[in-house]
Amino acid sequence: MSPRFFNAVPAVDEALDLPAVTEERMVLVALAGQPNVGKSTVFNLLTGLSQHVGNWPGKTVERKEGTFTLNGTTYRLVDLPGTYSLTANSAEEIVAREFIIRERPDVVVVLVDAAILERSLYLVAELLSLPAPVVVGLNMIDVARQEGMEIEPEVLAAALGVPVVPMIATKNVGVRELSETVDRVASGEIPYTPKPPQIRADHQEVLEEIERLIVGCVPDPYPLDWVALKLLEGDREVTRMMRGCLSDERWEEVHDVLRAHDDALVAVASGRYEWIGRMVRAAVTRPKAGQISLTERLDRWATHPLWGLLILAGILGVVFGLTYTVGWPLMVFLDTYVVGGLADLARAALAGAPAWLSGLVVDGAIGGVGSVLTFMPILLIFFAVMGILEDMGYMARAAYVMDGFMHMMGLHGKSFLPLFLGFGCNVPAVLGTRVIESRRARLLTILLAPLIPCTARMAIVAFIAPAFFGSAATLVSWGLVLLALAVLALSGVLINKLIFRGQRAAFIMELPLYHLPNWRTIGLLVWQRSMEFVRKAGTLILGVSVVVWTLSVLPGGDVEHSYLAAIGRWLEPAGRLMGLDWRLIVALLTSFIAKENSIATLGVLFGAGEGPGLADVLATTFPPSTGLAFLAMQMLFIPCLATVAVIRQETRSWGWTLFNLAFLLLVSWVTGVGVFWLANLVGL
Amino acid sequence: MRNRSKTDPAVQSSPSMSASDSQSVFLSAMRPGERGVVVGLAGGRGLLCRMASLGFTPGAEVTVMQNFGRGPLIARVRGARIALGRGEARKIQVRRRSP
Repeated sequence: MSPRFFNAVPAVDEALDLPAVTEERMVLVALAGQPNVGKSTVFNLLTGLSQHVGNWPGKTVERKEGTFTLNGTTYRLVDLPGTYSLTANSAEEIVAREFIIRERPDVVVVLVDAAILERSLYLVAELLSLPAPVVVGLNMIDVARQEGMEIEPEVLAAALGVPVVPMIATKNVGVRELSETVDRVASGEIPYTPKPPQIRADHQEVLEEIERLIVGCVPDPYPLDWVALKLLEGDREVTRMMRGCLSDERWEEVHDVLRAHDDALVAVASGRYEWIGRMVRAAVTRPKAGQISLTERLDRWATHPLWGLLILAGILGVVFGLTYTVGWPLMVFLDTYVVGGLADLARAALAGAPAWLSGLVVDGAIGGVGSVLTFMPILLIFFAVMGILEDMGYMARAAYVMDGFMHMMGLHGKSFLPLFLGFGCNVPAVLGTRVIESRRARLLTILLAPLIPCTARMAIVAFIAPAFFGSAATLVSWGLVLLALAVLALSGVLINKLIFRGQRAAFIMELPLYHLPNWRTIGLLVWQRSMEFVRKAGTLILGVSVVVWTLSVLPGGDVEHSYLAAIGRWLEPAGRLMGLDWRLIVALLTSFIAKENSIATLGVLFGAGEGPGLADVLATTFPPSTGLAFLAMQMLFIPCLATVAVIRQETRSWGWTLFNLAFLLLVSWVTGVGVFWLANLVGL
Repeated sequence: MRNRSKTDPAVQSSPSMSASDSQSVFLSAMRPGERGVVVGLAGGRGLLCRMASLGFTPGAEVTVMQNFGRGPLIARVRGARIALGRGEARKIQVRRRSP
């Protein structure tokens, strides 16, 4: 135990009345910053592979944590979500400030973009009002210099009253100095004397009045002046908290004061920028030159209404090319040789065991593991592409050019890319919605993603349609895709109207500077996302596939007389409205495990194998109208288990997951019946 | 209007928030390359907060980078490039400044 632990954070803690620091405690450091300031690069450089990724309790916000050691001390580094401010607008902002207030980190490192110094310091202005020592990492000084800016870190440090470390994180410059400064602040070697912004003189009195009204009623550990300031800003969460803490009469008094100053929000923000202006005027010796940057030159094309769309289409073309030329062959390879080989091995090893055990292991367990494994190549490609586009700064441009179109469905421009990539596979589409900041827009995108016809669904169409429609099969396939997209657009409008009551997240976002991708950051992201899929979705997929397999063999041992078939027969009246018999219904049900299963099931139930003969048997057994209805329903039916698993993983709510399934079931059934009757009407 | 929030009361920061103000225009009406100073903001608390945290407050200098007359536009404010929808841009009142 090093002696320096005894006086960890002395000056500050005493001043703030923090609980005594125990000897064994690791030094807790929080990493804060606005989006696009290079936070993940710094986090990765400091923590390397010691990272642990999870979620903030009760939130869909990702929580990253890691450790690093310096001079014999271990530091626990918690990556706070990237936020522009600390007002309760989003889950991210609430998570970030609650962590600082409740967990009281020993040091908060806040990264600042030197090239956007003025705007970046806004978060610093908010952080200085909170009770935790702040160290500023002045990142991207190289970019600032390129733009002709010259900043004096020492002057900025003196003006802010907190240490400022100049950095170029992408070149690993200054990161060591940053951790050393953290160490010296945590140990008390550097005295902490912040000079936080004061409220503008015209609101000083109001603030004091609010403080007087709520003093003694502010719950621990919230600082009185901070709560008063947030009340004045009209902060949702703090307002709710104080309404619960104050007596009705006292709340009325506070409320009257607030109502009389409902312009305070903008005044407080303006006050912060005035304070920032003074800091910037002191520290910046040479302002930005008016030259046209590379980003501006690139954006003349990338955000142009026509060229921007063409560039986006080109990028999507490359992604799909990659998926088909690399992803699919790998997927087939894994399925045939690895999963198939594993199944053969298991079957041979269990040759003497009872048939049910062999079936459970080979068809239930290995089948489930197989579907997790075979998804990996496509997921890896998708995560890498999304990571690269996001890291380079392109994602915001794609959202910008697509916003008008997505807006019609109540969606955000950022919903476009995940949804579009759903044509390849719905699983990454759902996982890709993480780029959407607004919770509502993100949820809506997740709910709609299963309506995008994925490759596996199209394969079923390609298998069955020719037998029913001959040369018109291509036309029918395109018609079905258009139908699915029309249903998606309609559902978007409908869900948005009925459930979200037409509310839409404001379209206002930063277009970050373009820069070369950081491979380390992207590599770690791909690794973490993949592991999360295997860990979370994988378990669910494995469990449910074993259950469905059991239903398909019990009690008799074959599908025809199984519980699953009984369910199919029970549902037959609903299917008969579009001419489906129980066998087609069972095929739909088994497609839940994996879409391609429905062909295998039909093969068993019609005794025709899986060859082209099966499609012909179907075409002679059922009229084309039923064939069309079956295909339409297949397109819109509840997605495969893997998609459901990630819907659950990403919404973190069984309620929304089940709602989504029920919604898709209803929509696909209504559409199936509609298609059937329409087809009969035109005499198919 | 696309951003009207039903829960937040609409608040205005400037009493002179009207398009008829001879000196000031909505951000959406500015041509590419034009510069100006923000004089007023309108919108629900959520939007105002977001605009403020991205740099739009009264007194902030803005330069319009791209505006095709329809669809979203791009403006530079406090050193950052911000894309915003036309509806959002109509909530920002700007006084033109000669280039």
